[in-house]
Amino acid sequence: MKFKKSLMAAAIFAMGMASVSAQAADPVRVGLVVKSLGNGFFEAARDGAMEAAKEIGNAEVIYTGPTSTTAEGQIESINALMSQRVDAIAVSANDPDALAPILKRAMDRGIKVISWDSGVADDARIVHLNPSSNALIGAMCIKLAADVAGDGGGDIAILSATPTSTNQNIWIDEMKKVLPDYSQLKLVDTVYGDDLADKSYRETVALLKKHPDLKVIVAPTSVGIVAAAQAVEDQGKVGKVFVTGLGLPSELAGHVDAGSVKSFAIWNPIDLGYSAMMIAYQLTQDDEHMMIKAGRMGTISFDKDGNGAMSDPFIYDASNVHKFADIF
Amino acid sequence: MTEEVLKHPMTKDLPDDLNNGLRRKLMRWETLLMFFVAIAFFTNTQISPYFLDPWSLSDATFNFTEKAIIALPMALLIIARDIDLSVASTIALASVAMGFANTMGAGPIELAVIGMAVGTIAGFINGWIITKFDIPAIVVTIGTMSLYRGIAYIVLGDDVYRSYPSDFAFFGQGYVWGVLSFEFVLFLVLAVGFGILLHKTTFGRRVYAIGNNPTAALFSGINVKRHRLFLFTLVGLFAGLAAVLLTSRIGSTRPSIATGWELEVITMVVLGGVNILGGAGSIFGVFIAVFLMGLVTFGMGLMNVPGIVMSIFTGLLLILVIGTPIIWRRIWAARKMHSNSRN
Repeated sequence: MKFKKSLMAAAIFAMGMASVSAQAADPVRVGLVVKSLGNGFFEAARDGAMEAAKEIGNAEVIYTGPTSTTAEGQIESINALMSQRVDAIAVSANDPDALAPILKRAMDRGIKVISWDSGVADDARIVHLNPSSNALIGAMCIKLAADVAGDGGGDIAILSATPTSTNQNIWIDEMKKVLPDYSQLKLVDTVYGDDLADKSYRETVALLKKHPDLKVIVAPTSVGIVAAAQAVEDQGKVGKVFVTGLGLPSELAGHVDAGSVKSFAIWNPIDLGYSAMMIAYQLTQDDEHMMIKAGRMGTISFDKDGNGAMSDPFIYDASNVHKFADIF
Repeated sequence: MTEEVLKHPMTKDLPDDLNNGLRRKLMRWETLLMFFVAIAFFTNTQISPYFLDPWSLSDATFNFTEKAIIALPMALLIIARDIDLSVASTIALASVAMGFANTMGAGPIELAVIGMAVGTIAGFINGWIITKFDIPAIVVTIGTMSLYRGIAYIVLGDDVYRSYPSDFAFFGQGYVWGVLSFEFVLFLVLAVGFGILLHKTTFGRRVYAIGNNPTAALFSGINVKRHRLFLFTLVGLFAGLAAVLLTSRIGSTRPSIATGWELEVITMVVLGGVNILGGAGSIFGVFIAVFLMGLVTFGMGLMNVPGIVMSIFTGLLLILVIGTPIIWRRIWAARKMHSNSRN
């Protein structure tokens, strides 16, 4: 290791001699490839990555991605990064398979590749950073429901997307796993709005009619949670029934103000970009890829397939929803 | 060329166009494009130390080769006053067919044949509907654009075809010699082939004739319908070929593959000086335009110009390159009139 470092130092010195413009210590350059540009979520992630780069000092973020969410466009972005011989690439993939060949080629050329948010095939990256884990998401949804139901507890219902949605079903299973810990909550129904605004709305109205004692509706879908909040408001149930789950601050800020939603959760894109940058940087420094230090986010552990979870979903309520509503 | 025509007035080497001096104008067009290529190349060497690296340049060719391969027959089609907007959807359809064949255990060569066959059939269907029922090409191909991609979505839905045989990767990822990829060499060979087809054969002459005046071409004894049908089928075949290369390069198939490529292909053709109204254009022009677009986007990629700005820039480039000679001609004509009026 020491020998490698001194060799590198010698190489850098030689380069410095050869070219006047070359800096003494080249910064570690990390390409942050996102699904598409002009998306508030990813711009927030970029800000997080910039924050991490500042903290590291000798690092630079190259924020790039295609105009529309296509795998072909991302391949072009990655090609451009490879040509610039970046040290690491952190990608949120539009397609886990289509990006695999180009990312493997990047790794062959010595570039450290990680995926974050939306992963790629296992052998096309070193690690994948999930914003959270299924267990943490399920537990968080129930915790939010318990918080809003208060000590008295009450009936809760789940409004999901489609009955076949893999993510949704895993999260609902995780919720059911933690429910026994909350004896005051009683799950009375699970309905499906198919991630369509109007169907979710109608299902919520039906739910309110069917279960007059309903206290909380948990919607782990960004479409469902908005429709449910709207339905609760339109049915005049604000204050009696609360909606929570996973949603976007920009879409829910109004409902938080209206009182139908007290708090909800989703990952924090700033933290996500920050962690991705930290992990990519750490990988350029040493080969450790099971336990990676990610600055203020603590140490993130990765399993044998290279999957890791950043943290609990971040809680949004009246105190911070408006700040994040401008972001995503 | 002109002398040759004068010497042998009845040979096949007639001028590309009967409008006065259009041939010369075309020469000017290509000169202009070359000039823009030189500017782009020089700018890239100045702005990025990474530009003049053989591997970087080789990597960059992958970004446009498949589209460029479709641009070749598309140029012929547009010269013949037709257009095909369904090429990207044809890629999706052919790619899905290959994915399906792969699950049935087809080998690399069979996969390539299937991809090209499906493309050919899709192109033939376009041409058949257009020529049989005499419906404008733009209408029919907008229809099949949705139809072909729709079929791809029905077959595959949210799913994906992957695990193509490892030998299949050669078409889109393999290298023939050093940094020269198979794709790129194929494009160079095809460009020469199409150059000969359009500029040196009777078929090519007829394409120009049809594009300049289909009625006159018909009365001159050219089977216009059969030629158009052939051109649509040809475009389909090459869309199928592009599907083989792209599928092999990204090693997977999703129904959204190659979304929006039809416009990029047509942009290459128009930038290459092919008259969108038909009747004029050259393969050489398209060939240079491909490199111009490749160089400009690669240069901007090296500077990490965001994709949005990049597409604005490509649009501006198109207007600039096409507008410059027109404006130049206006100024020229105005000057001439001015000096004439003084006399």
